[in-house]
Amino acid sequence: MTAPVQALSARGVVERRLRSDGGDRLGLVLQVALLLSLLISLGVLVVLIGDIVVRSLPVFAERPVDFLGSALSSRPARAGILQGILGSVLLMGFVAALALPLGIGAAVYLEEYARDTRAARLIRTNIRNLAGVPAIVYGLLGLAVFVSSLGLGRTLVAGGLTLAVLVLPVVVITTSEALRAVPATIREAAFGVGATRWETIRSHVLPYAAPGILTGTILSLARAFGETAPLLMVGAIAGTFTSTAIGDMLTGSYTALPTIVYSWSGQPQDEFRALTAAAIVVLMVVILLVNASAILLRNRYDRKW
Amino acid sequence: MTESGDPVTVDTHPNTPPMGEQVHDSAPTIRRVDSAAARTAERPASEGIAALAADNAVFELDELSCYYGAFRAVRDISLAIPQNQITAIIGPSGCGKSTLLRSFNRMNDLVDTARITGSIRYHGVDLYADGIDPVEVRRRIGMVFQKPNPFPKSIYDNVAFGPRVAGFRGDMDQLVESSLRRAALWDEVKDKLRSPGTALSGGQQQRLCIARAIAVEPDVILMDEPCSALDPIATLRIEELMRELKEKYTIVIVTHNMQQAARASDLTAFLTMGDDRAGYLVEMGATDEIFTRPQHQLTEDYITGRFG
Repeated sequence: MTAPVQALSARGVVERRLRSDGGDRLGLVLQVALLLSLLISLGVLVVLIGDIVVRSLPVFAERPVDFLGSALSSRPARAGILQGILGSVLLMGFVAALALPLGIGAAVYLEEYARDTRAARLIRTNIRNLAGVPAIVYGLLGLAVFVSSLGLGRTLVAGGLTLAVLVLPVVVITTSEALRAVPATIREAAFGVGATRWETIRSHVLPYAAPGILTGTILSLARAFGETAPLLMVGAIAGTFTSTAIGDMLTGSYTALPTIVYSWSGQPQDEFRALTAAAIVVLMVVILLVNASAILLRNRYDRKW
Repeated sequence: MTESGDPVTVDTHPNTPPMGEQVHDSAPTIRRVDSAAARTAERPASEGIAALAADNAVFELDELSCYYGAFRAVRDISLAIPQNQITAIIGPSGCGKSTLLRSFNRMNDLVDTARITGSIRYHGVDLYADGIDPVEVRRRIGMVFQKPNPFPKSIYDNVAFGPRVAGFRGDMDQLVESSLRRAALWDEVKDKLRSPGTALSGGQQQRLCIARAIAVEPDVILMDEPCSALDPIATLRIEELMRELKEKYTIVIVTHNMQQAARASDLTAFLTMGDDRAGYLVEMGATDEIFTRPQHQLTEDYITGRFG
């Protein structure tokens, strides 16, 4: 064989190899399947939200202010969700005041102080498990411990404590993860110039982890805001506020947005369909606002550097 | 090059012929004793070092072993680190150089499973004795790390953090400026002290870390491969800086870069790994001696690039 022929055939082989033979069909199929799964998930969500918004329109069209500002009533034309909003906001306040400091404190101890012993690992695993426990179980716990044993009764305080316990594991986990994402080099740098453990944590570890901690904990607040099952167990369904004086709200009967949605959805009158949808829209808007504030806060902290 | 005399002036006449060293000083420096001892016979490196420890040693290690759990990372190291000198620790990867360095300021305490046997004395005080506060230890024995690790805060706050936690009450602006000047960084950053330290170049960041270390007025600066993440020009600047700093501080540097050890250090300790994967000291002596007339085959193999 002569050299030119060899070169020519080599070029032919290379060209054949380089040319696409119609492409990667399996890859294409896979891509379409992935796109479909995205569209289906989105579609379900859009239909759900759209349906609810459309149903709620009559209420928001006829009496938006009245609906948000009125008390509960068995007469659909007068029923409003003011008490639900008040109750939910107070509950969230309880959760924020209890679960956030406790959860963040526990996570800081676990990540920064506790030695990595078998006991510590056992505790970590179990906190993860707790986060997966169904909310209704927390409701039962709240009923047994806060309502009965501690004698708090079916009050907002008992409900707030129950929700705080419910989100506590989530707060611990998200905070732990945020702390673990702080580079070890930053801790070393602080220890290296003679900082104590607490100085290191306060000045460097916590500020660095703050965006992650904030996002995680605020999202857990949103979860507490939307949670229904445990509240049903600990008595939010029982009633409405007897008055809006803060003392009465804490010690008397109470309600919350999700429980209103639940109880209205069971009402026989047709008008309550629209009212239920409207309450759901308010609930979703509040949760969206809470989530948006989490994102805003995170961005603000991130933008510092 | 192994001339005698005041250690601080050593580098000013680097070309003194080797003959000069033999005689003329009644109070021999560390390197003299060591090189002489090493040359006379095959003796463990520790003996020569022990002889010179008394005078101006900042650290004296006696049979130091470092463990992580059951694993012994460093085995039976005895040596002395003299004051106002740059001591380089060289050796192959994984031989425990960093572990050894981190035992000097109890940085290894941060690892739950770490412990030591033997002793490290710092100006005669056992660093691992009961009641010794590692925080106080680290205020006196500062550290510069392998990867520049400025805090994600302003340049000013990076330098000021150490003095603040140490309870410094004087003029902070002044202290920040003088620390940055001593770290040869002031002119580059004086107009942007409030901008983040993390926005500087790698070499500048490392000098910022050096400024941060010297702001607490330590006695010793430990450097753990401080130039491994830097380009050659930034590396040379750090080495220049080290030579300036040794007037005031004792410097111990771990390095992978043998040219760096040869260029920048006064003494060199060569560690290698035994069959048990524990690092041990092969020999320690004046850098010139180690690099021109190593006493051990292992050292020679390593510095000539035959292994490691």
